[in-house]
This record gives sequence, structure tokens and C-alpha cells, in this order.
Amino acid sequence: MSTATATPVGGKLLTPFFKVMLVFWALGTAAGIVRFTQGLGAATAMSDGYPWGIWIAVDVVAGTALACGGYAIALLVYVFNKGQYHALVRPAILTSALGYSVAGVAIMFDVGRYWGLWKIPTYVHKWNLNSALLEVALCVMSYIVVLWIELSPAFMEKWKGGDNATLRRLSERFLPPVEKALPWIIALGLLLPTMHQSSLGSVWLLPATKLHRLWYTPWLPFLFLASVIPLGYAMVVVETTFSSRAFGRARETGMLGSLGGVTAGFVLVFLAVRFADLAWRGRLGLAFRLDRYSLLFLLETALFLGSAVALLRKKARTSVGTQLNAAFALIAAGLLYRIDTYIVAYNPGPGWSYFPAVGEILITIGLIATETMVYLFVVRKFPILAGASASRAGAA
Amino acid sequence: MSQIPRRSVLKGLAAAGAAIAVTEPALGAVQARGRGRRPEDVGLLYDSNRCIGCRACVTKCKEANDLPPDKVQINGADYNAPLDLSSTTKNIIRLAQDGDRAAFVKGGCMHCLDPACVNACMVSALTKIPGGIVAYTESLCVGDRYCQVACPFNIPKYEWSKALAPRMVKCELCRHRVEGPACAEVCPRQAIVTGKVNDLLAEARRRIAGDPKQYHAKVYGEDDAGGTQVLYLAPAAMPFDKLGLPDAGTEPVPELAQAIQHGIYKGFIAPVALYVALGFVVLRNRKGAAAKKEEGR
Repeated sequence: MSTATATPVGGKLLTPFFKVMLVFWALGTAAGIVRFTQGLGAATAMSDGYPWGIWIAVDVVAGTALACGGYAIALLVYVFNKGQYHALVRPAILTSALGYSVAGVAIMFDVGRYWGLWKIPTYVHKWNLNSALLEVALCVMSYIVVLWIELSPAFMEKWKGGDNATLRRLSERFLPPVEKALPWIIALGLLLPTMHQSSLGSVWLLPATKLHRLWYTPWLPFLFLASVIPLGYAMVVVETTFSSRAFGRARETGMLGSLGGVTAGFVLVFLAVRFADLAWRGRLGLAFRLDRYSLLFLLETALFLGSAVALLRKKARTSVGTQLNAAFALIAAGLLYRIDTYIVAYNPGPGWSYFPAVGEILITIGLIATETMVYLFVVRKFPILAGASASRAGAA
Repeated sequence: MSQIPRRSVLKGLAAAGAAIAVTEPALGAVQARGRGRRPEDVGLLYDSNRCIGCRACVTKCKEANDLPPDKVQINGADYNAPLDLSSTTKNIIRLAQDGDRAAFVKGGCMHCLDPACVNACMVSALTKIPGGIVAYTESLCVGDRYCQVACPFNIPKYEWSKALAPRMVKCELCRHRVEGPACAEVCPRQAIVTGKVNDLLAEARRRIAGDPKQYHAKVYGEDDAGGTQVLYLAPAAMPFDKLGLPDAGTEPVPELAQAIQHGIYKGFIAPVALYVALGFVVLRNRKGAAAKKEEGR
């Protein structure tokens, strides 16, 4: 990773915004205490009918999809050799590392026997290779490590010139080998999301009878993968806009505009496969019944299609507003598709219902607040963001 | 826009799609469908025509499995009245109603020949042990609850109120008892009988043949969900869907998921190949970028 332009943003950390985040963190922690002392039943609305709630659907599945900005940008820069987007890599990897780490923490909250999670990577003799969830778990665990290694040069570059002798020696010792191994680490960072983001779709091949027919298809792994790449780009657009506004950094509007074209291509492939599959199975009629499922399906489709059309228009090349609106529509579409698959389109049978409990919502918000605070801390202290100096820093 | 190799992006997507497209028709060629019924497999036969709803089996199951009563308080008095399967009830007798017709129906693990829960479990906390019993190993369970999501019959139940060491709870055919399933032992009407699945199937057919007017002609579980080791007989007037037994098809439930997962990950060749290819592309592109930078100076 080139560092010629990445510099710490600097500025005051404890802004009013940061203090609000601290409040959310405290509320989430309080709910967390209930969960760990009283059990899942006391803190959540999950049940034997709906064993998975928003911690899985939002924090893990939607969260890691949003954290695929690093995946999408690395794909572009390193595989399709578009070096001009290099400035986007480091901030995207940071948000990916944070997003995936938060998903990891969310899993600790969600699984009933969290102290036994170490068995998943180590009990090789007990691995069930039929389990899509095992594939997800192993890949996500590895990817968290890979992301932090990918990001480590940003920390070591700073520590190398710092006052702390231990950190300085550590950085001098490890920066060269990490730099040298980086291509292979980057390649791993490209392989792992390809595997687990598609497997997050494969998870639903097993409960076939309980998933609504508008969402259930053998193409689920493909659809999850095809929709995660545009989601990654959309997040990069939003993050870049945010950091340019908050920290007075230059915004690569032209660069993001041309990325929009690729993104739209992925979205259109996703829609084409989804509709062709439904038509081929004779299920298209379900989409127009105007019941709850049909309306959600149509909303997903409208958001996907609308963002693709907006991104393909000439105006998207130059207009920040158009790019941002399309990105938000795309994020909404991708999240809705995932939450629908994991919660709404899942029907365990009569008598069961699910709506997240206050405890679940507080913990989810608390995790997002924590992630935001760590992001702000890191970009202020370490060379992550490229562009002009922090003349306007302090807005966030 | 033109500099971005959209074509190669689409090519990659097409390749991934082709992998799935190839796996799907290949399913038709799968010869032996799933695990199949084995002579040593044990199970239960439940006969809704004979069941009088006395719930002796429900109470005996709790006793044999050391499960606490499900207390219900009515007019100040406590009753042990389990209302559904839960982490304290592995076996239940429900009343199914359809208009003015009614019948009793048992709820509990079906011990599928190819169980979705066993396929779901990451670290084999649920396995099919000799005899075909779907057995749970607490020490391996991490509590992710994918088994609950995967089961077409909603059988595994979780100890939601436990903060420490919550377990997954389901019928394991009293594998800890030498005498076998407690429910069958106490049934006064032989509405629940236990034995080798092949014998149970023969007994089921014998009962249908003996009174074809009373019995529905089909034995639920013979092929349903790919075959189960708990078999059901229904009254002729109350078909299985009215009893709450879902139409789970006749294919082993995990078959498609397995075929796709194995299609993509066979021998781990595709991921390794992809990794090596990605590694070399990244290496080449980074070298190219570095050279360009040198030239620029």
C-alpha cells in the first residue's frame, strides 16, 4: 500500500457526536450485562420458532456485507489493476476490518455457548464439511485476521517514527516482512469474502421448506455474492463522501462515478439471474400478489433497479448527490434482501412471530456506536485517509 | 468507464454461475438417494387411530429424561401440563382439529434418515449414531442454533432462560435407557410402539391392511423428508397435513445443499486454484504499479 498521501486527520476526539456514541455504547453494555447474566431469553425476542434475530441478520449478515468495501476496492485495484483508485484502499480496509470485527463480537453475544467458540477452528476432526455455516465461521474468523494484517502497515508506519521504543522495534521488525507478503495476504483477502459471502446464501439451502419461494432458490449463493460487490462499492461512496465532508479531504467524484458503471453491471446481473430463475420455476406470479412478501420483493427490486439506472446515467459521473442517493438506495436494497432472507421470508409455521426486543436493538446500536468511535479514533491518529490536510477537521 | 474491464467482471460472474448451473442438473444423476434405511435402524411407530390422548407417554418421557414439570396454574392449583415441545418437553400429544373431526398426534424428533440438523451442525454436536438415532453431544455444541433453523419439523429446542451452558434439547429415543424409548413402554394402547424401523414399517402396513377404512393408506415417514425413523399412521378422515405433519417432499432434505456445497468445494480445488490465481495477479499488478512509479520519477 502506498503511503505517499495517507496522513492522520488529527483534531479533537471528544466531539459532541463522539459523546452521543458513548451514550449508545453505555446502553448497549447495560443490555449486554442482562444477556450474559440472564440468558438469551431475557434479553431478546428470539424463540424456538425464530432462533435467529437481528444479531445474525443485521450485525453479522448485513454488517459483513456492508464491510465488503475493502473486498470490492481491493478487487478493483489489485485484480483489475486500477491503480488510480489506490487512495480508496486503506479507508475501505479499515471499515472492513471494523465491520467484520463487530460481526465477530456480535456472534459472541448471539451463540449460547460462546466460551466454546474456540472449538470451531481447532476441532478439525469434528468439522462437518456439509455445513455452510462452518465454512462461514472459518472464513470470517480468518478474514478478520487477514484484514488487520492488511491494515497493520498503517499502524507500523506511525509507530516506526514514534516515541515508544517497544512499538518502534516491533514495527521495524515486522513492517518489511508484512510488506513483502502483502500480495499473498491481499489475495487471501479476496478469496475469503468470495467464499463466505456466497456461503451466507448457501446457509438457506437447508431450511428449504421454511423459506418463502420468492427468496428460496439454488442460486442463493450466487445471488448473495453478486449483490455484495455493489454493496461494497456503495459503502465506499458513502465513506468517501463522509470523510471528505467531515475531515475536509478531497473527494474523488470522477473516480467514484466511473465505479458506478461497474456497480450497475453487477446489480443488473443480480436482477437478471433472480428474475430468470423465478420465471423458469414459474414463481413470478408470487411477486405480484401484493401480500407482505410480494411487496417486500418489489421494494427490493425497485431499490436495486433504481440505483442501477441512476448510476448508469451521465449525471452520476459528476454529481455527488446522484452518486450518494444511488449508493443509499443500493445499501437499502442489499440490506433488505439479506434481512428478508434471514428473518422476514423465514416462516417456521403457525404460532410463531418475531420482532426484535429492546435489548437486541440496544446491543446492535451499541456495537455500531463502538465501531464508529474506533473508526474516528483510528483515522485521527493513524495514516488512513488520503487527500488534503485536516484544515476542516473536527466536524464529526 | 471504458477502462474498467467490465467484460472480465462479467466473465467471472458467469463462471461462478456456471458452477451452480452444472451442479443442479447433476442432482438428477445422484443414484443412491441419501443414507437409506438400514436393518439395524430403530424408531417409533405412532398410530393416531389408537391414541386416546392419555399423555402417559408425555409424563413418562419427562421422568425417563429427568425433565422438570411444565407448571401451569389454574384456579390456584398447579398442574404439570406441557403445551408444546420445549427445552423441558421432548414428547407431546396434541389435539388436531379439522371441522368437527379430531385426532391426537404425537410431536417429537422424527430421526430423519438424512437429518437437516446433522447437516447444519458445524462441529458435529448432532450426529447419527449406530441405530440411526440423531444424538446430541453437549460438549461440542456452541449454541449457534442453525439446527433449529434447518429442521423442517422445528424439533430441536433451546434452553433460552439459561445464561450458563444452555443446551439443545430433543428426543434421542432414550438412548441412555437399556429398555429403549419410555413413551412406547407405557402406552396402554400400543399407539406408540418401538423396534427396528423395518419391522415397524411392516407393522404399519399390517394395521392399514387390517382396517383400510379406518386408516389413511400412506405411512408418513416412509419417504417423507427422504425417510424418517419415526413413522405415523393417520385416520383416513384426517390426512397428515391436518395433523400438522408438513409436506417435506420425498428427497432427503440436505441433498441439494450438499450437492451445491460439494460442487463448489470439491477437494478444495476451486478455492486453492482461485487463491493461487489471485495471488499471481496481485503480485504482477503491484510490480507493474511500482515500476510505473519508478518511471515517473
